[in-house]
Amino acid sequence: MEFNKIEQLFEKYFEARTTEAEEQELRDYFSGGQVAEHLEPYRAMFAYFSDAKKERSIRQVPLKPRKTLYQWISVAAGIVLVAGIFFGKQYQERKEAEYAYLQTKKALGLLAENLDRGKEKVAYLQEFEDTKQKIIKNN
Amino acid sequence: MTQSEFVNLVMPFKDKLYRLAKRLLVSTEEAEDATQEVLMKLWDKKKGIGSYRNVEAFAMTMTKNFCLDRLKSKQSGNLKLVHSNYADDRTSLQKEVELNDSLEWVGRIMEGLPEQQKLVLQLRDVEQYDYDEISEMLDMKPTAVRVALSRARKAVREQLIKKHSYGIQ
Repeated sequence: MEFNKIEQLFEKYFEARTTEAEEQELRDYFSGGQVAEHLEPYRAMFAYFSDAKKERSIRQVPLKPRKTLYQWISVAAGIVLVAGIFFGKQYQERKEAEYAYLQTKKALGLLAENLDRGKEKVAYLQEFEDTKQKIIKNN
Repeated sequence: MTQSEFVNLVMPFKDKLYRLAKRLLVSTEEAEDATQEVLMKLWDKKKGIGSYRNVEAFAMTMTKNFCLDRLKSKQSGNLKLVHSNYADDRTSLQKEVELNDSLEWVGRIMEGLPEQQKLVLQLRDVEQYDYDEISEMLDMKPTAVRVALSRARKAVREQLIKKHSYGIQ
């Protein structure tokens, strides 16, 4: 009885029409001690399948390195950006100060020049005064 | 998603990815490489991971695709050597006789199957996924999965019978 059922399941198995439960039944049968002689060759097949399932991957997968590399790149980019803004601003400020200095110097130069010209004219006034004094003395 | 959450998510099926990769690539080292590559790709995508209905099936599909790509580039590249080594082993009758370990023999039979048959056997008979999951992983119709599986099982049976009757004589 039992054996007929196994035979039927076995045929169904090769047509890929067995359910998971039926395949479990077959596995149990072939892993048990009493396997019919003509089915004996297939014992190795089922034994191999369950044996193959025991294999394990032994390597640890490094998940961190890739991530930290990206992190460091972003940190470095951030530093470069901040430094760029800071030094760029400093440079710009220095340029502005230099420009203001030149403008001031130019303005002061202009002032001094005009002042000199004014002084020359004032010298004529002195001459006028001298002449006036001479006239007064003579009279 | 934190790293520990990710690890908790992938650990239950990491070995399945590895076994699938090994089924296709044969070499332990290459299977470990493939597993690592798939998990790292998955880690890079971790933000979108919640949107996948079935992360395990998705990872299995990624592994399958990665390995098939590897095999394709291998065939055109110099790594062909690895394969001709195995071919030598298999054709040598002397070695077949010496191969007493019947379990190892089944492994050799599976190695000789076409890739699609290897895949369905691995997913159904080793990992015991149901047909819907397998058809999702392999992007095949359930009926096509059954056809491929039936062919694969029969191919293994045929070679087992051949080996057995040879052993008796």
